[in-house]
Amino acid sequence: MKALRQYLDKIKPNFEKGGKFEKLHSTFDAFETLLFVSNKTSKSGVHIHDAIDSKRTMAVVVLALIPALLFGIWNTGLQHFLALGQADADFWQVVGYGALKVLPIVVVSYVVGLGIEFMFAQLRGHEVAEGFLVSGMLIPLVLPADIPLWMVAVATAFSVVIGKEVFGGTGMNIWNPALIARAFLFFAYPSKMSGDLIWVSGMSKGEGIVDGYSGATALGDAAVGKMAGLADGGVFDLWNSFIGIIPGSIGETSTLAILIGAVVLLVTGIGSWKIMLSAFAGGFVMALGFNAIGANELMNVPALHQLCLGGFAFGAVFMATDPVSGARTEKGKYIYGFLIGVFAIMIRVFNPAYPEGVMLAILLMNTFAPLIDHVIVQQNIKRRLKRVKVNA
Amino acid sequence: MSDVIKIKRGLDIRLTGKAELVFGQAEMPELFAVKPADFPGLVPKLAVKPGDKVKAGSVLFIDKYRTDIKFVSPVSGEVQVVNRGERRRILEVVVKSDNQNEAEDFGALEVTKATKEEVTEKLLSSGLWPFLRQRPYNVVANPTDAPKAIFISAFDSSPLAPDYDFIISGQEKEFKAGIKALNKLTEGGVHIGVNNEMASKPFISVEGATTHPFSGPHPAGNVGIQIHKVSPINKGDIYWTVQPQEVVSIGKLFLEGVYDASRIIAVTGSEVKKRSYVKTKVGAAITPYVNGNVEEGSLRYISGNVLIGTNVGKDGYLGSYDSQITVIPEGDDYEFMGWAAPGFGKFSVSKSFFSWLCTKKEYRLNANLNGGPRAIIVSGQYDKVLPMDILPEQLIKAILTEDIDKMEQLGIYEVAEEDLALCEFVCTSKLEVQSIIRQGIDLMIKEMS
Repeated sequence: MKALRQYLDKIKPNFEKGGKFEKLHSTFDAFETLLFVSNKTSKSGVHIHDAIDSKRTMAVVVLALIPALLFGIWNTGLQHFLALGQADADFWQVVGYGALKVLPIVVVSYVVGLGIEFMFAQLRGHEVAEGFLVSGMLIPLVLPADIPLWMVAVATAFSVVIGKEVFGGTGMNIWNPALIARAFLFFAYPSKMSGDLIWVSGMSKGEGIVDGYSGATALGDAAVGKMAGLADGGVFDLWNSFIGIIPGSIGETSTLAILIGAVVLLVTGIGSWKIMLSAFAGGFVMALGFNAIGANELMNVPALHQLCLGGFAFGAVFMATDPVSGARTEKGKYIYGFLIGVFAIMIRVFNPAYPEGVMLAILLMNTFAPLIDHVIVQQNIKRRLKRVKVNA
Repeated sequence: MSDVIKIKRGLDIRLTGKAELVFGQAEMPELFAVKPADFPGLVPKLAVKPGDKVKAGSVLFIDKYRTDIKFVSPVSGEVQVVNRGERRRILEVVVKSDNQNEAEDFGALEVTKATKEEVTEKLLSSGLWPFLRQRPYNVVANPTDAPKAIFISAFDSSPLAPDYDFIISGQEKEFKAGIKALNKLTEGGVHIGVNNEMASKPFISVEGATTHPFSGPHPAGNVGIQIHKVSPINKGDIYWTVQPQEVVSIGKLFLEGVYDASRIIAVTGSEVKKRSYVKTKVGAAITPYVNGNVEEGSLRYISGNVLIGTNVGKDGYLGSYDSQITVIPEGDDYEFMGWAAPGFGKFSVSKSFFSWLCTKKEYRLNANLNGGPRAIIVSGQYDKVLPMDILPEQLIKAILTEDIDKMEQLGIYEVAEEDLALCEFVCTSKLEVQSIIRQGIDLMIKEMS
């Protein structure tokens, strides 16, 4: 390690102001601080600091995403071979196929996103913020496996530039960058982001698909009134939906893998339990309410089953809890999370054109988060004013 | 005694290096300094020049805008040097002690018969006035104000803090006399915050003071938190605060007629070999207490505690309001992949380091930032360590945008830097919270005057 440190110290002057590679200063700094925690000590205020920093925080979230990623790789392969009617494909064949499909998307997302981040950091003279380490992993996980790589690149670039950097970078954005990427693709290239043919790798080409295999997601089926798969023993029954062996976006299918990630976020205290809990509660309550009405097929899906379908769990655990785009007051988090759950199920049930309401619900609540905070802040202000009146 | 006030939100940072409850042997230093920077917002006007002979209680400089507020020499001797910084700003007035302990005679005064004006006058002329600080703003009090009450915190809950039970025991007579004098200054009485888990013998049943027992983690011992819990500051309210040892000095002034700058301080920190209490004076050079008494390595010498103290260096001086010296490692080295390590030896409120499994362990923390500054990302961190009905993040943002109305609405009058020091400690984005709060306070003072 000493040798590495000495080497870094040796080449460092080249990246300082006036050095040969001055323009790569932010990039050098990002890699240097990745390898070595900086030697900077506190100049004002407290003399000791908590060991946590932005890198650690983001690294924990990425770690929490790993189960969903690994499951997604396996499930991508599994769904592909199921569509081909080769249910007997061995584990490594399945994983191998999935990896070949999924990893390139991850790589493209990171390379494009980080490239742009490094550029902006250099332009602004900032250190590179770590926010994209998470966004770069979230983006692939909310996309279907067959998405063309160039679309991933365009969507990532759009989300980083328009979704984040125009507002001032990590910490300043209004909406969750990963959802911006997905929303961009959803509205710009609907043929690659919706319908029955895109969720299972290989379906869109249609070669070798067994007769009668639809490749639709549970919600896609339900939206057109096909409820057989959701019944007990169907392809999308509660157990299969929970485990995640159903078609869908890469990382969203397995509620189990997502819950493992949720445990990591909750134990470390990095994800807000208030948002997660209230999002699930909101979804559950809303679904129960619809059960009571029962006016269409989707309203009749049991509440627990609703929470395991589509991107609900993924959104509630990883997207809603983004502290930057979410509510920032502690009380506000309950309201924010609850409404995400409510709206996600509501959009899903009422609008068959967008069976996937979670993304829109979260983006909507991102927009309203400052308003929720405003209400909470006003309450605090009112309490303070009231105190004066009581005393006077 | 009233009901125990339980503080729930907060944090006790478990550092290694607490001082033993014994007096260590150390000589009095030769040099003493009074630093204008200890008094935020002060514009000093020098009253001496190098070479002048002074006694304990002789004026060194005064407040340029409130000329009756005087800052005096803690010892007798000769003004050695006036150190100046950028734009000739006075950094410290250094006095070389002659070890004679000569003191100006201000005359004793029977407090019970004195008026408020007489007490004020005596405190002003003797140079003890600057130890009375006011909330809001945590600056030296204004002699013409009538404070709603005077608050004293009789315990310090910050890391490695000195034990005031130990320090004040043996000085109860002076403490009581000081309380009597303070009672003359306010109609709202003197309030003492005590730690419910400690005996607090010198502080309970002091005539003329109401005690409020507190329990819970730091910042329970911060006087600002105690005021907030007992009688929160509204716009227009003024409270004064004093520290226990300063009350003793005030008591001595009225009993004996002299300015006695004696202090008992705790020498603490992981890098100190013999941690103990020592008898010294305000503004003492810290060299006799740390020379030969610290471990090897790159060190940081702090007058005060690790949260709100000042980095004074090896040859620095004890701050006017401080009762503690802390020495910790500077930590100015690189750590390979430090952010990714499992982190058994790292202290963090977040449970992302495995150290949360060891609940009793004491840590040897250094002054490293442990990361780079970022925009505010994580939410809710500050709320967990600020036991006030205040939204810290929103207040900080109001200060950063210089929104005076919002600052006022969100409670700028109720806070001082020290109350939000823990917010700065836990901040993932390494925000300089305390200096932001001071910026806000400075802005308020400017706008409101």
